[in-house]
Amino acid sequence: MPKIATRDAYGEALAELGEEIKEIVVLDADLSKSTKTSVFAKKFPERFFNMGIAEQNLMGTAAGLATCGKIPFASTFAIFATGRAFEQVRNSICYPNLNVKIAATHAGITVGEDGATHQSIEDIALMRVMPNMTVISPADATETKMAVRAAAQIKGPVYLRLGRHPVETIFGEGYEFKPGKGVILREGKDVAIIATGVMVAEALKAAEMLEKDDIKAMVVNIHTIKPIDEEVILKAAECGAIVTAEEHSIIGGLGSAVAEVLSEKKPVPIKRIGIRDVFGMSGKPEELMKAYGLAAEDIAEAARTLRR
Amino acid sequence: MQVSKEKLEELTKAARKVRRSIIEMTAEAGSGHPGGSLSCADILVALYFHEMKVDPQNPDWPDRDRFVLSKGHAAPALYAVLAERGYFPKEELKTLRKINSILQGHPDMKKTPGVDMTTGSLGQGLSAANGMALAGKLDGKSYRVYVLLGDGELEEGQVWEAAMAAAHYKLDNLTAFVDHNGLQIDGPIVQVMSPEIIQEKFRAFGWHVIDVDGHDFEDILRAIEEAKSIKEKPTVIVAKTVKGKGVPFMENQVDWHGKAPSKEQAEEALKVL
Repeated sequence: MPKIATRDAYGEALAELGEEIKEIVVLDADLSKSTKTSVFAKKFPERFFNMGIAEQNLMGTAAGLATCGKIPFASTFAIFATGRAFEQVRNSICYPNLNVKIAATHAGITVGEDGATHQSIEDIALMRVMPNMTVISPADATETKMAVRAAAQIKGPVYLRLGRHPVETIFGEGYEFKPGKGVILREGKDVAIIATGVMVAEALKAAEMLEKDDIKAMVVNIHTIKPIDEEVILKAAECGAIVTAEEHSIIGGLGSAVAEVLSEKKPVPIKRIGIRDVFGMSGKPEELMKAYGLAAEDIAEAARTLRR
Repeated sequence: MQVSKEKLEELTKAARKVRRSIIEMTAEAGSGHPGGSLSCADILVALYFHEMKVDPQNPDWPDRDRFVLSKGHAAPALYAVLAERGYFPKEELKTLRKINSILQGHPDMKKTPGVDMTTGSLGQGLSAANGMALAGKLDGKSYRVYVLLGDGELEEGQVWEAAMAAAHYKLDNLTAFVDHNGLQIDGPIVQVMSPEIIQEKFRAFGWHVIDVDGHDFEDILRAIEEAKSIKEKPTVIVAKTVKGKGVPFMENQVDWHGKAPSKEQAEEALKVL
């Protein structure tokens, strides 16, 4: 399967969807070529608003458009969408439950060479803490396209977490995507790996590695981090041990969300793979994944440790 | 534009009722922001009792004119005007800031009929108003968007991001008011962090600027008419106002920014209103 960045899939999906849903308008903050909203802009120039390098106003304007029945997709890099404009997202979008979609690209450390200032490793935590917000973190191009469509249909704010770096396409045409519903990609009984975003591919590789050690690992894709699928997590917990994997801080993201469910409903040993409370740095995406312990081997090792 | 004597009397009467409500409701709530509510009361009355195309029976009418209270702490003024205009029973005003009330401490569009945008965190209203104005242009609608900012609020950077965008997108269907009462919580705006010269800043950002006496209805209405005639750029009406206007012991007193009157003080205020 070809490697496609989820941002590219987003750009394509948005332009397609723009044809069907006339209420969709798109806003960007001088990054339309990077976030790929430029594809929509070219097709529907009158429904595209470049707001310049001003993310707070970007979110507020999107809110205003939503009060008039528009379905705004507001795009910029994840760090600016969720960090720079956090309080605008909270007070102008989430609190009044306005129908704004925040489609943020360049999430995680696979941003690569730009380094720590541009590597958003806190965005899931920031977005999932807010009432009314749906948080979706697609794993590949196929899932991204489905997620964009689903986001447009959800009534209320949605955060879509997208990446810059090309990733393997895991899912084919027949893949079924339901917001809020986790997907068991591989059955297993010894340990469960619950992953999101680019880490889903790594989780599948890790399961292959574990197979060689005769460890049967279940792999679950949690594309919707909020509302989280408790049912599938409790099912995974039947394996007796859980490894979570995300390209995000281990504080506040998928690992935390899963731990919250487990600790209240079915405590089992858990290990969180993610960025361990440090900032990123410049480097090639693959190098960074290794340097921060986010490779398939790291997931497999965590699973082995838990099993011991 | 000639405003009839009857109209002026009607507006003056409405403004008096609104001011009385502001005092009564903040006294009843035991908290709130009377000073900045009283300073912008006349502007809100001019908009809701004369200018704006709205239907209190159908608050979400898609073709209505919109109003965003960017200085959301002046919620008592907005609530009093909306109640006076028939959006909800005046009885509700007594529930301001109380648990389960439709009247939150700051405006909540999902709870209060007639509130077009949730505000309260300063600096965010103009952006939302821009979005409404852009939507209007996109849909070829003739509604107009009004937004009221505080002068202290102009210290927020987002206001100027939005000011830039409104001019860039030539939002001539948008009119902003600045309630220029000169005071913010910590003191006079020029001492805390001067946003002056307000008119020149907006002019430099590409806006049409009009100065008015924010307590003179003829002046306010004339400015609104002028704003409607300006094409290709947004208009800001900088309204010179008095914080605490109408209540002598509150006028120009910074202490009355965020403090409710006691029962006795409310009675004293109501005597002169």
